[in-house]
Amino acid sequence: MKYTSQMVAKPYFIFALVLLVGEIAFGLILGLQYISGDFLFPHIPFNVARMVHTNLLIVLILFAFMGATYYLVPEESERELWSPKLAIITFWVFAAAGVATILGYLLVPYATLAEITYNNILPTMGREFLEQPTITKIGIVLVVLSFIFNVAMTVIKGRRTVISVVLLTGLFGMAFFFLFAFYLPNNLVLDKFFWWFVVHLWVEGVWELILGAILSFVLIKVTGVDREHIDKWLYLIIAMTLVSGIVGTGHHFFYIGTPDYWLWIGSIASAVEPLPFFLMVIYAFSMAKQRRIEHANKIALTWAKGTTVMAFLGAGVWGFLHTLAPVNYYTHGTQLTAAHGHLSFFGAYIMIMFTIISYAMPIMRGRDKGNGPKAQKVERAGFWLMVIGMLGVTLALTVAGTWQIILQRWPESGDALSFMATQAEIIPVYKVRLAFGIMTLAGLLAYLYSFFVKDEPQKVRA
Amino acid sequence: MKERITKNMARNIYFGGSIFAILLFAGLTVDTVQKVPELSNSKNITRSVARGKELWEVNNCVGCHTIMGEGAYYAPELANSFNRLGASNEHTFKAYLNGWMEAQPLDTPDRRKMPQFNLTKEEVDNLADFLIWTSNIDDNEWPPNIEG
Repeated sequence: MKYTSQMVAKPYFIFALVLLVGEIAFGLILGLQYISGDFLFPHIPFNVARMVHTNLLIVLILFAFMGATYYLVPEESERELWSPKLAIITFWVFAAAGVATILGYLLVPYATLAEITYNNILPTMGREFLEQPTITKIGIVLVVLSFIFNVAMTVIKGRRTVISVVLLTGLFGMAFFFLFAFYLPNNLVLDKFFWWFVVHLWVEGVWELILGAILSFVLIKVTGVDREHIDKWLYLIIAMTLVSGIVGTGHHFFYIGTPDYWLWIGSIASAVEPLPFFLMVIYAFSMAKQRRIEHANKIALTWAKGTTVMAFLGAGVWGFLHTLAPVNYYTHGTQLTAAHGHLSFFGAYIMIMFTIISYAMPIMRGRDKGNGPKAQKVERAGFWLMVIGMLGVTLALTVAGTWQIILQRWPESGDALSFMATQAEIIPVYKVRLAFGIMTLAGLLAYLYSFFVKDEPQKVRA
Repeated sequence: MKERITKNMARNIYFGGSIFAILLFAGLTVDTVQKVPELSNSKNITRSVARGKELWEVNNCVGCHTIMGEGAYYAPELANSFNRLGASNEHTFKAYLNGWMEAQPLDTPDRRKMPQFNLTKEEVDNLADFLIWTSNIDDNEWPPNIEG
């Protein structure tokens, strides 16, 4: 580690991993509720468990992004972080607000939470992924602004690299688009339309810039490839991301009351969306092939390559599967959407978190060359368990979605099975999904265990 | 391919491409915002419809249901519930919805459970008005059939 202030990343990474355990635990609860509707009812109804599951995901990704930023920006800028103290304060504020919000979901009925947090003054609650009380949302804005300020001051005062500027652009975009979370019109169509400005333009827009920057940083470090080369690839990838992703928001505007030209525009633009992810795969693998150094931290490179492949499958392939309007007419709002959501979030954003943690955490723990071979072996087992587990979850949900369409969507009214009857038919598939979910958790536990595996001291230095 | 593209060219593609995409998207956004009132019959958004939407939100209905295909996939689609459950008749729908909300949670073992939200009759009627308004939105003929 070159700069002591990079250490502020450590609590962010640890907390993100703790939240991930909770996120998957609640995923398993939901998986069980898909099989038995009585499970944990009325103590934790499905909607509450789902809120916890998705909100933990979003918050943990934000923690991972912040940790990654605090780690890489000083090194890229060749100077200490502008204010490490501010970074630690924002960590505690954000962690406390996050925990309080999750406890609020679990301890009181949602309507009560809305009431006691004065949602009526500035209503923003009750929309998918944006369930947080308004005061939490304001808190997020303040935390993110102080974070961006801290990072921007460091970047401006230090060496400016393509990686740090792209990262900063992504962070600015993230802050900007979140502001649409505060707009909640009476008209449901406008509400939905601008809701996607947060949701889609985050995950298929600015977050990909952040992902690209983190990936590039790790690739430079573990392959030793020339920066000029990396920069060119990064520019091309984010160019494709924004060209396809921004107008590609239109693939959400097919059937929600927006004008019908979106059927064409959304289909065409979003058909290009797999391209940046495909470029990322070529990028990671060709950088690895052209590597100039043999970094002892081999597992970090495995994560980097794995991220691109899984992101391409989840966001690219599973996204394209149902992005064309005539196909989406039948798939919209089925388990296929859930299949795509699970693999793309895991492949792109959870795996990039593992990538940067896998690279940075050993260094922050005083092991410049990465963990010892024994620990890396355990981590590799965790990698495969999680990857196969999530692929299994996704394939099961894909079967569930297809079956749902065949029974419920495709037949004419009268012949089609009702939603509830269809779901009862699909239960065997949900059992398979749950089994792969448990495998994913086992992978995560193996991964966490790898932090405590001790290698022979001389082996670490070898 | 990548050898022929220089870093400068890549940067120009990035800036040019993004600016083009942002401008195109901004233009389409302005046009969409102008067309939505007609497509959604926004003049029919009464006080009761707006109140119904608020109730929809503060009870986190979207945490289980979908509405126009968006939300969770645990409980039935509700944008066409007026047609499916109320036979497109306001009186029938409101009577049905009041009875349904009152009866929750159902006592069927293992069936997915809907919580009891303790809404007043007026609130359930607001919710019904919101769902009736929603059912009339021009959403390109979605869903494919009545089952949603």
